[in-house]
Formats: sequence, C-alpha cells, structure tokens
Amino acid sequence: MKRHLLESADLDRADATLVLDTAAQIDQALAGREVKKLPTLRGRTVVNLFYEDSTRTRISFELAAKRLSADVINFSAKGSSVSKGESLKDTALTLEAMGSDAIVVRHGASGAPHRLANWVRGSVVNAGDGTHEHPTQALLDAYTIRRRLGRLAGVRVAIVGDVLHSRVARSNVWLLHTLGAEVTVVAPPTLLPVGVGTWPVEVSYDLDAVLPKADVVMMLRVQGERMNASYFPSAREYSRRYGLDGRRMAALGDEAIVMHPGPMNRGMEIAAEVADSVRSTIVEQVGNGVSVRMAVLYLLLGGRSE
Amino acid sequence: MTSYLIKGAKPLGGGPADVLITDGRIAAIGDSLSATGAEVIEAGGLIALPGLVDLHTHLREPGREDAETVETGSRAAALGGFTAVHAMANTDPVADTAGVVEQVWRLGGQAGLVDVVPVGAVTVGLAGERLAELGAMADSAARVRVFSDDGHCVSDPALMRRALEYVKAFDGVVAQHAEEPRLTAGAQMHEGDRSARLGLTGWPAAAEEAIIARDVLLAGHVGARLHVCHVSTAGSVELLRWAKSRGVQVTAEVTPHHLLLTDACAESYDPVFKVNPPLRTDEDVAALRRGLADGTIDAVATDHAPHAVEDKESEWAQARPGMLGLEQALAVVVETMVETGLLDWQGVADRMSMRPAAIGRLAGHGRPLAPGEPANLLLLDPAARVTVDPAALASRSRNSPYAGRELPGRVVATFLRGTPTVLDGKAVR
Ligand SMILES: [Zn+2]
Repeated sequence: MKRHLLESADLDRADATLVLDTAAQIDQALAGREVKKLPTLRGRTVVNLFYEDSTRTRISFELAAKRLSADVINFSAKGSSVSKGESLKDTALTLEAMGSDAIVVRHGASGAPHRLANWVRGSVVNAGDGTHEHPTQALLDAYTIRRRLGRLAGVRVAIVGDVLHSRVARSNVWLLHTLGAEVTVVAPPTLLPVGVGTWPVEVSYDLDAVLPKADVVMMLRVQGERMNASYFPSAREYSRRYGLDGRRMAALGDEAIVMHPGPMNRGMEIAAEVADSVRSTIVEQVGNGVSVRMAVLYLLLGGRSE
Repeated sequence: MTSYLIKGAKPLGGGPADVLITDGRIAAIGDSLSATGAEVIEAGGLIALPGLVDLHTHLREPGREDAETVETGSRAAALGGFTAVHAMANTDPVADTAGVVEQVWRLGGQAGLVDVVPVGAVTVGLAGERLAELGAMADSAARVRVFSDDGHCVSDPALMRRALEYVKAFDGVVAQHAEEPRLTAGAQMHEGDRSARLGLTGWPAAAEEAIIARDVLLAGHVGARLHVCHVSTAGSVELLRWAKSRGVQVTAEVTPHHLLLTDACAESYDPVFKVNPPLRTDEDVAALRRGLADGTIDAVATDHAPHAVEDKESEWAQARPGMLGLEQALAVVVETMVETGLLDWQGVADRMSMRPAAIGRLAGHGRPLAPGEPANLLLLDPAARVTVDPAALASRSRNSPYAGRELPGRVVATFLRGTPTVLDGKAVR
C-alpha cells in the first residue's frame, strides 16, 4: 500500500484486492466476538477532519478506528477555527503537531486530500472530495459485490444517475475496472461529464435497455436542486426515466443486486419497495463500510509501527 | 546622460554589430564603432531585440500591494526585457476614472523601470452595466487607448457594441476577456477528459469561442477595433483567422503559459496552475503556436497575475486564478517558438514588441533597431539556460508555474530610452 489513500484511480489490482481480503479477515476475526475490538492501532491517533456534514461516513470511520484501538479525534470544520478563515494548510499543520498519524478528510473541494498530503507526514485518507472521488465507498461496494456474487471479474455493473457530480461514481468506475468488472454508466446526457468517452465504461442513456444484462445496479443519489440548473426538467420526469421502481426491478436477472451509497431519496432515484427488497444491499453496505475502513487504516498505519 | 556602446551584439539575431546609444536614442549601428566617454558593454553572442511591450499585466496597485506594486511589477518587467507594460484595470479601486489611471501612470513614472501604460475599465466598477468615462481616461495624462474589463467579460452584447463604437472617437481599442459567464459558472479548469476525471467543474472552449465569434461580428458591423485577450483554444484561432480574412479589425494575444502548459498540470491539484482562461490541451497549444507563427495571433501578452501566498496555498477551487509571467515570457517564447523553428528573432520582435506597441498605439515603443529611434532594447543571451526559482523573482509574489523548470535564454540588459534598467542580468534599482 502507498502511504495515502487519495483516489481509487491509483489503486492497482493487488492493492485493491489486499484491502478486500484484509476486510474479509477482519470480519472473520470479529465474527461471533462479544468485544468487537482489535489491539492493532493502540497508541495511534486518527483524526476525522470533516468540512462537510456527513454523519454516516464520519461514524463509520470513527467506529473503524476505535475497533482497531486507535485514539480518534473528530474535527468538524463547522464552528471551529476553520470557519473563522483558518486555511486547510494551517489546520493540517496543527493536527500534525498534535500527533495525528492519519487524517481522514471529507471536503467539498475536489483535490483537497491531495493538497493535504503535501503538507503532512502522516497518512491521508480521502473520505470524499468534491465531485472527485470517495475511494473507501468504492472499496466497500466492491467488497459487498464480492460477498454477494462471489466474484468481481466479469461482473456487469450499471451505475445509474448523476455521474457528473458523483464522487462515488468516479471511484467505482476506476476501482471496478481495475478489478475486472464491466461497468456501464447510465444517465441523462446532461449528468455525464464531457470526456466520459475516455473512461473504461459503456455509456447508456436508456436504463431499461441496460437492466436485463446487469448483475449489479448501483443507484446514485440525485439532488432535486439539479433540476433548477436544467439538468433535467422535473423530479418526476427524472424518476420516470431513470428511477428504479418495482416494475424495472422485475426486469433484473434472478441473482442481480441493487446498491445505493446512501443517503437515499426514496421516490426519486429509488422506490421504497426496491430499497427494502431482498435484492437491496443497502444496509449490508453500511456494515461492510466499517470492515473495509478498518482494513484501510490497518494497512496504512499498522505496518509502520512494528 | 551617459552614452553606451554595445559591442558585437546581433540585432534581431543577424550579423554582429556595435550599437551606440546617446541621448536616449540609437545614434549609430555599425562595425567597429567607437565613442569617447561612452560606457562599453561587451555583448558578443548576445541578441539585441527592441524592448518588449506587454499588453496585459496585472500590477495590483492600488489595492493589493501585498501581491505586487507598480514598482515591483516594473522591476519584474524590466528583468524580462520589457520597456512598456499595460496595467490592467481590475485594481481596487478599479481603474475606471481619469483619477485612477493617472495615479497608476504616475506611480509608473516614479518607479522609472518601464513605461506603465494604464488600461481603462470599459464599464464602471467592471460591473458590465454602464460605460465608464472612456473619453476622460483617453484625454487624461495617462492617454489611455486600451480599454478592458479583464477578469470579467463584457458579456452584454449591446454594451459591447456601444463600447466598440465609442472608443473609435479616440482611436481606442476594446480588449475583451472572452468568457461567456453563464457557460463558466463555477468553472475550474478546461472541460474535457481531464476535468471529467478530476471532478473539477469544466470551462468549455465554446465559452471563449462564442464570445469571440460574437465580438468579431460586432466589430465588423460597426467598423471598430477589437482586441482579444489571452486566446486559449484552437477554435478561437480558427475564428480569428476567418474574421481577419473578412477584413475585421481584430487583433489577439496569447500568453506564454498557454503556449507551453496544458491541463495535465491540473492533475497535481496545485493551484499555481489555476488560471483563467484555463490551460488547455496539447492540440490547443499546437494551434496557438501555429496561429502566433502565421500572425493570426498578433502578440504574446503575459497576463502576469501576482497572487499572495494565501490565495494560492489552498484547495484548487478556493484559489484565485492567475500566474506570474513577466520574467519568463521571453524564455517561454524562445522555447516554444524559436527553438521549434516557428519564429525567428525578427518574428519574436514583431510579436512581443512591434505589434503590441501598435495595438496599444504606443509611439515610442516597438520601433526598429535603427539610428534615430528611441533606445528601447534588450540584450538576450540565447545560450544560457536558467532554472526558475520563484524565491529569486523580482515580483512580490511567488506563483510561478515554471518553478523548477529549466528555460532557455537570459535577459542580460534592458534599456529604457537609453538608460539601463537591467545590467548583467540584474535590475539597476
Ligand atoms: Zn483575462
């Protein structure tokens, strides 16, 4: 593993597989245990530096670090010195001076974790940067697919929705490609980036044409505000053309699964009956997120203390 | 006034000759000149060029003296071989009145290192709503001839038309920052393969080209002069070529950084490479070089844009756009245009001195190296190779995109009306 986890685009197959295998070992080690805790990172400090509200991601990282016995500091940028104009660099240097070994950063600006990595000696984990990447989400998605379907190579994955603004989509595209899956992105043309043609994916505007061939359907959150900027005419039209409802779910193959990174807009991109169906891995993804983030922290930090 | 005898320099890269400077003018050019009392400058192997003229410089004074002042920017310009720079209007206060342009002009005179030629804002406060007092600025001591809202596009087509028409009365020119604002809301970098991957909001080439297309039609319609700032795309070059072929009075500039760098620089997320218009693709760079070589693009202009450390040492999206350019402009042109065989030294003089001086209507600059002409010139060592160290720059800011890069050529001396502003590669003050 490299020192940082900044983007899934720079994970090679061996590194990515190592994370997934390590997560599986952690799951096995903790299965049936009453105290879900390993001593691996005792004495190490992990800082959660969150410039955006994301309770679920923060809690997931917090739990992961605590289960590895690390000390955890939650540093919310809101209401702190940061909101009073302190720069990212000054914040980074302060956290480092306090002895942080890893900084888990969520930031609204694409590339913020890359900047941070220039300024600190410890590890930086990207917990979502702007519209760029969210690599641990992709890793937990890959882990979930592998557990459900037993493999990743050759698995056909449809990623559906606001690809343009989605860091989850970008991370999944690169990671799934690296791991041998076949990815199709499905969206109205307005929600695909110019340049998507250079990605290692198929592109489709037609969800109904893609569903029967998909082993995995990954629905992306679509923000209603997008319609104000004319990305689509109305929430209703979006839902009709690109939402996953019961009728569309019936077109899926028997083994196919439905994923969503959360939080969901029920009734917008995904119908309640789909989200709550047996095909849905949404709750499972949350649990797997903790194991995968434990694996990431372990691999980034664990090796260096011994 | 001291006389100077420059021995053995090669005017415009031609055969070696001696150049005698007296009373601020070139007194003679020839073989084995001698002059009693003249200070001799040994210039064997050096190339003599007319002093460079920049159509597009941000000197930041008044308002952001922490980033640059007229004096520090003038020093950077002199070290780059410039003898005149056009100071852009987006200061604080905006240079939209005779009072502000005269202030900048006076500061330039006090620094005395280059002629600082103020650019006047087209609209009051650069707000794009109503014309600033263009005539008052033209009639002021600063004699403004170039008007620009640079940093902002004059996007209202009716207002742009009126501005183009109005400045005809005093032979002015509107220099347009071509950027359709609705197409570039939140834009961070060139829109293409790399922006798709980096998750940075795209700045489409069409947002520049749409404005250029509109403006050349307007300029043709009203018979006015239009200048296009920092052309950055292959499509823009095509539009300019078409407009010129139709007889439209349009001129255009390209920056050194758009001749050398591409959007690949954004992959580092280092905001030193954030600039507006953004760095484009290899194909655009090639088209810009060709356009400059064939004269479709008239001039190289630096868009020298100093920024304080805190405005660049940040996240990409939070950083201010712009990069330093004055001190490395000639070196970048040597690398991208001369060493590639696209321009000879005569061509460099034309694109960096003659044509920009003509566009700005500067009488004393951009003149041939000939007896009787004002002694505005520079001496370049074309064999030198210099690794750019931002800490060593004369600019008050450090945001050079060329940090650590080795570039060809070194300005050894610059003369402004016969007085050296740079000698032995160092500013005289
Ligand atoms: Zn501009």
